[in-house]
Amino acid sequence: MKSRHILLGTIAAVALGAGAATAEGIKVGMITTLSGGGAGLGIDVRDGFNLALKRAGATDVEVIVEDDQQKPDVAVQIADKMIQSDQVDVLTGIIWSNLAMAVVPAAVAQGKFYLSPNAGPSALAGAGCNQNYFNVAWQNDNLHEAAGAYANSAGYKNSFMLAPNYPAGTDAITGYKRFYEGAAAGEVYTQLGQTDYAVEIGQIRASGADSVFFFLPGGMGIAFMKQYAESGVDIPLIGPAFSFDQNILQAVGDAALGVRNTSQWNKDLDNEANTAFVEAFQAEYGRLPSLYASQGYDTANLLLSAKAKADVADQDAFRAALEAADFASTRGEFRFGPNHHPIQDIYVREVVKEGDIYTNKLVGVALEDRGDAYAEECKM
Amino acid sequence: MGRDAALNTAVFAALVAVAFGAHVYGAPYVVTLATKAAILALAGVGLNLALGYGGMVSFGHAVFFGIGGYVTGIFASHAAAGTPVTTFPFTIAGSAEMLGIWPMAMVVTALAAVVIGALSLRTTGVYFIMVTLAFAQMVYYFAISWRAYGGEDGLSFYVRNSFPGLNTFAPLQFFAISAVLLAMAMAFSALVTRSRFGLALQAARANRQRVMASGIRPFALQLTAFVLSAAIVGLAGALYADLNRFVSPAMLSWHMSGEIMVFVILGGVGRLAGPVAGAGVFILLEQLLGGVSEYWQALLGLLLLAIVLYAPGGILGLLARGMRRV
Amino acid sequence: MMLLSEQVLNGLQYGMTLFLMAAGLTLVFGVMGLINLAHGSLYMLGAFACAWVAGATGSFALGLIASLSAAAAAGALVEVVVIRRLYARDHLEQVLATFALILVFSEGARWVFGSFPLYLTLPSALSGAVMLPGGLQYPLFRLAIIGVGVAVAVGLWLLISRTRLGIRIRAGEADREMVAALGVDIARLYTAVFALGAALAGLAGALVGTIQSVQVGMGEPVLILAFVVIVIGGIGSIKGAFVAALLVGLTDALGKALLPSLFARVMEVSAANGIGTALGSMLIYILMAGVLIWRPQGLYGARA
Repeated sequence: MKSRHILLGTIAAVALGAGAATAEGIKVGMITTLSGGGAGLGIDVRDGFNLALKRAGATDVEVIVEDDQQKPDVAVQIADKMIQSDQVDVLTGIIWSNLAMAVVPAAVAQGKFYLSPNAGPSALAGAGCNQNYFNVAWQNDNLHEAAGAYANSAGYKNSFMLAPNYPAGTDAITGYKRFYEGAAAGEVYTQLGQTDYAVEIGQIRASGADSVFFFLPGGMGIAFMKQYAESGVDIPLIGPAFSFDQNILQAVGDAALGVRNTSQWNKDLDNEANTAFVEAFQAEYGRLPSLYASQGYDTANLLLSAKAKADVADQDAFRAALEAADFASTRGEFRFGPNHHPIQDIYVREVVKEGDIYTNKLVGVALEDRGDAYAEECKM
Repeated sequence: MGRDAALNTAVFAALVAVAFGAHVYGAPYVVTLATKAAILALAGVGLNLALGYGGMVSFGHAVFFGIGGYVTGIFASHAAAGTPVTTFPFTIAGSAEMLGIWPMAMVVTALAAVVIGALSLRTTGVYFIMVTLAFAQMVYYFAISWRAYGGEDGLSFYVRNSFPGLNTFAPLQFFAISAVLLAMAMAFSALVTRSRFGLALQAARANRQRVMASGIRPFALQLTAFVLSAAIVGLAGALYADLNRFVSPAMLSWHMSGEIMVFVILGGVGRLAGPVAGAGVFILLEQLLGGVSEYWQALLGLLLLAIVLYAPGGILGLLARGMRRV
Repeated sequence: MMLLSEQVLNGLQYGMTLFLMAAGLTLVFGVMGLINLAHGSLYMLGAFACAWVAGATGSFALGLIASLSAAAAAGALVEVVVIRRLYARDHLEQVLATFALILVFSEGARWVFGSFPLYLTLPSALSGAVMLPGGLQYPLFRLAIIGVGVAVAVGLWLLISRTRLGIRIRAGEADREMVAALGVDIARLYTAVFALGAALAGLAGALVGTIQSVQVGMGEPVLILAFVVIVIGGIGSIKGAFVAALLVGLTDALGKALLPSLFARVMEVSAANGIGTALGSMLIYILMAGVLIWRPQGLYGARA
């Protein structure tokens, strides 16, 4: 019988915690990845988000942060808890498209707002769009499309394409090919989480390509670039920014120098909001911000701009305030398209070394005012 | 009522009390947690049939959990899209009815178990452990590559399937469904183990030669137990898919196989309510320790180690011993 | 042709790292009858030790020594504290206790080193690619791994066939009680064998960690493959582990490289890519199931 008393005690404790909702202000549930190989991304989004709140002195925004361990079922269960027990108004924070697909449709169907600071799966941009879903980062294809556009302008005619065998990987290659006009020297899908690329590098060597487009986020990209540099193959690499953020570059080291990559943000983008953000982030956390941090920061500022105009309880007014996107983005120009996804410029960057730190510098614009390929399918 | 029966009833009653208590206190999330415990316990009850009574150490039961889940996900997503699941050799329509999906999930799982079991039972000991693992890995990698149903990303179906007369989205009602199925599986498992078949099965585990000498083929016994075990785990997988409205290859991973095994051992191998106690304690630890430290799995590991080394009967073994002393 | 020979080398290199892992596993099973899931944790430990020491001292050689000694020491410690109590237990309890050890090791490593992977820099003497006869360029470090694998295989063979420890190991495999009765300190023998297996796993971790990355959980995929190897080879047989490791390594590399283009001849490219990739990752498990159905005790296993 003793064990039952303990169990009942726990319920009472949980039930007490659940009752304590704030009377005013906004309650935000942040589901993000804070452990495992993808932790760096979630930590940056969270830190960027919190930095914006702190700079604005927004004490009436309560943020509950939970770690999804990069597992969709865990994310679903956290979302259930945040909606059922914590009664949040807004959800945000998810890094990965598959987790977003598992959580977002059910959350918006229950009348919650979702602000995406990173993932932008095509299903949520097209037919599956929702009036309460806002993407503050990009539609998933965007940076790959920009890479394709850059490949044309660099004169590449025969690209080898490499991505993990999962939906975001196939989307990446689709996005690249939407703008890239040359031939395909090869198209290879790797296992997600793969760490040895000897076989693929052998295929690249034998392919006769003039360029290699790769989308290998996180640790996969580091392993690939290091092994590529050791292999003696010297075909130029192109990729989206995901393999070139601050954490990754320090790990890859010299092997990444000179590689061109595409991004909607960089730390040397010349606008007031960005300069202030980069400075404040370094002062607060002692490291350079990544694009994920900029996205977290922009997400929080979007939320604050809407909160200043409308009460979250008045859903229509709050939604209109979000649609206006009336905040100073670190990307400069920023507005939402009809499907609540950004319309923005996407840049080409090059990896350089500043002192001891590897980082990116802007070298040009790949796509101007780019929306996305799915907006037409969206009927809100 | 014997001591063991009293203990089994008490453990099950505790789970139900938690769910109803939480509902009364207005903590729906705790009801959801109790539901998760009931479903994982159901998977444990299934595995226990093979592992505890049949002595078949399967390290690949996640494959049945996952197949049950995928059948649910596939039927539900086709029902939502209004497309048939297949048109060959005959048309099968999607379904969002639990009562239609469950038998389907169990049949598909059982068919998979016939194939996997018949091949795996050619081996024994460590080889059996590893060959069941290999089959699970095969299906796992297949699911990862199966783009039509989400591949690595998994498959969401957003709306919980329906059950006549109940609102499955209400946490307590979905808990009731899961708990009733758990109770039925426990009763079934008790019947099976006491039947002639069950006794022969347990005898085959203890002394294979003697059973063969008495004219019973252990292979047929073991395969039957393996398939029954798999079908129950498949049903649990179907419920788990409904709990999350989501299935992914993670349901098929070897970690899942290990976890189902942990529920059984933590609670007590070969004990009817062992998996219920095991799953309940596992989720309790996850919630309590998870709040204390993000490294809670290390503590879980130490606890598990202590149980294996010092209390091979699991939690219920300890409780039963405690009761005897009173 | 060039593609094929490069992929054969890749398969050999992969097979050699699997052999380093599998040798310890199969030895421990052969001598003590223990199934040890925590072997992957020792691999991870070796990799972390190498990354940490090489990072602190700047010397890759010191890192390798650290990986060997840290893994051996951890192996001995675990054997004395936990594993020893499991020899008399059944396989189920061994699986569970060592599964518990994985949780402890993984979370412990996460606690000490954090979640972000560590990366090693190759020593300059071993970095870059070399030109092989026939005009094929191949990374030097991967060639070195193949060399280490061959050296370890020869070393183990000499150890088992020529030394006193080897005689005891073989005797222990044949008849445990008899060895103890003959006055061999069986507890020390077991600790030594376990530490030896751990050291080889640690070495494999350090070598693989150097070309890939060092992170929590890196041991698990390798562990499963090492089990596949020893099951195909026949549990307890070093020779079986060697043959099966190369078989698995070559199957994996060639399957991944060739299957998609093979399918592309009969179907459309993107479908061929999908099916080829899927089948490529399932291939070794199909191989294992096939071998076990054909020979339930593995290629070189004694009848169970």
